[in-house]
Amino acid sequence: MNQRDAAIVGIHEHQSRDVEGKVSALQIKAESAARALEDAGLSWSDVDAIYDAGDGGGMNGLTIAEYFGLKPAVIDTTNVGGSSYEFHAAHAKRDIASGKANVALLTYGSTAHSNARAIGVGGRGGGGHHPADNMDMFTGMTLVANYAMVAHRHMHEYGTTSEQLAEISIATRCHAMRNPDAVRAMEDLEFLDIRETTIDDVTNSRMIADPLHLLECCMISDGGGAVVIASPEVARNCSKSPVWILGTGEATKYPQTSADITTSAGAYSGTQAFGEAGISPAEIDIAMIYDSFSITVMVLLEDLGFCQKGEGGAWVEGGRLRFDRPGDGPALNTDGGGLSSNHPGMRGIFLLIEAARQLRGESCSQVSDAKLAVAHGNGGMLGSRHAAGTIILGRD
Amino acid sequence: MNEPTRPLPHTNEMDTREFWAATKDKELRYQQCDDCNTVVFYPRRHCMGCTSGNLTWKLSKGFGTVYTYSVVRQSYHPFFRGKVPYAVAWIELDEGPRMLSNVIEVDDPSADVQIGMKVELVWEEHEEVNIPLFRPAG
Ligand SMILES: [Zn+2]
Repeated sequence: MNQRDAAIVGIHEHQSRDVEGKVSALQIKAESAARALEDAGLSWSDVDAIYDAGDGGGMNGLTIAEYFGLKPAVIDTTNVGGSSYEFHAAHAKRDIASGKANVALLTYGSTAHSNARAIGVGGRGGGGHHPADNMDMFTGMTLVANYAMVAHRHMHEYGTTSEQLAEISIATRCHAMRNPDAVRAMEDLEFLDIRETTIDDVTNSRMIADPLHLLECCMISDGGGAVVIASPEVARNCSKSPVWILGTGEATKYPQTSADITTSAGAYSGTQAFGEAGISPAEIDIAMIYDSFSITVMVLLEDLGFCQKGEGGAWVEGGRLRFDRPGDGPALNTDGGGLSSNHPGMRGIFLLIEAARQLRGESCSQVSDAKLAVAHGNGGMLGSRHAAGTIILGRD
Repeated sequence: MNEPTRPLPHTNEMDTREFWAATKDKELRYQQCDDCNTVVFYPRRHCMGCTSGNLTWKLSKGFGTVYTYSVVRQSYHPFFRGKVPYAVAWIELDEGPRMLSNVIEVDDPSADVQIGMKVELVWEEHEEVNIPLFRPAG
């Protein structure tokens, strides 16, 4: 049975998705950290462990500690792309359980939108200095095309349709329209026609890389956030009720002869996490699943065990993933997700934040009496090399 | 103004430089372990199947199957944005390795490229290297 040895006690999501170049990524991290510590009723001096995806440059574990003004006993700079924060949460639980730390601080900040960094549609240019890059870069494969190749194979093997994939986009947009920060994000990023969408809206939107349409692709925003994770002793005295980390799983996958591209590393991390938590997918109320693209969620719903491999298309039909359909499966990405709320490049931290909101009863698309949530981050590229981090969360 | 060109590999990258050197002779090469027969691709100096470093370069005949593909319609890259729409595909070579490439010499990549179709190697010539692309097997 699961050990209640670490809990999320503080959260903060940076409100603006377009900082207009007026705030740095580091400043977003520090501001988010301060707000998350306040949310917990803690302060900088309580923090003895920091987790950072090392995206700030060389010796980042050292420089971020100094910037925050901390002398932590634990520094972890694991970077596995968008899933880094699920890995960090898993490591924080482990470090707290082993007695090395009491209060863990996870932070993320990015100005991807302000930098006009084309993370979604840029072909990587020039040769790569990593051997894998040096073999791939001549093809002009875009990030969207990488995921689209998974979608094509999924359609080929299981008969999945664009209409079924669109269910994921319209469910997250439905939730985004209820989240004022998400609506403002779409306004700031100059989305056209900001409203709830239909399957036809999605399938009629411009094709970016066959078979993925514009409305199946995440936005490119600025943003950031912070999560504070603490020991039971600390959690007992925090301002908000604890959100326990009940189980964790980490896995990786990369291209190999005969590998099945329609199954992600999530099949392994999910099994570990659910096993450790001692619960089944059917018990989950909230599914915070990294929606870089519609296909990412489709594959992961299957890999996490909500349905069988290949049955995801039929399973999501009829609005099953909406927050107001409790009882026949989890509500998906109730903050609006990367598709319609916030995607500054590595959105794994927002999965933890919105899952915690739901289990505290603070979501804009609150599922009544939500008890159990899964946060699953996919980092890297689903269609080639990627990492998977699964975190199972539960309230008292 | 020079025409934008396809991004080319570094020919001095330590693990892959022999692969790219062989393309000058229009040879598509992959590695196999002498001790456990594991096919190693992308190229490395070590076997992932065992701890041996005894890898032998093998020559692919250049025939394969489209495992999956996408048609890129939007790219901001100076070369590729002039090429859209084009097909990117994972090609399963008959010898085992799965490599990323383009399927070319098709009128309409959306209609003419399919999962499971047989393809054959075609070289795009450059000064330092030749680039392995694929076309429908004829
Ligand atoms: Zn071997």
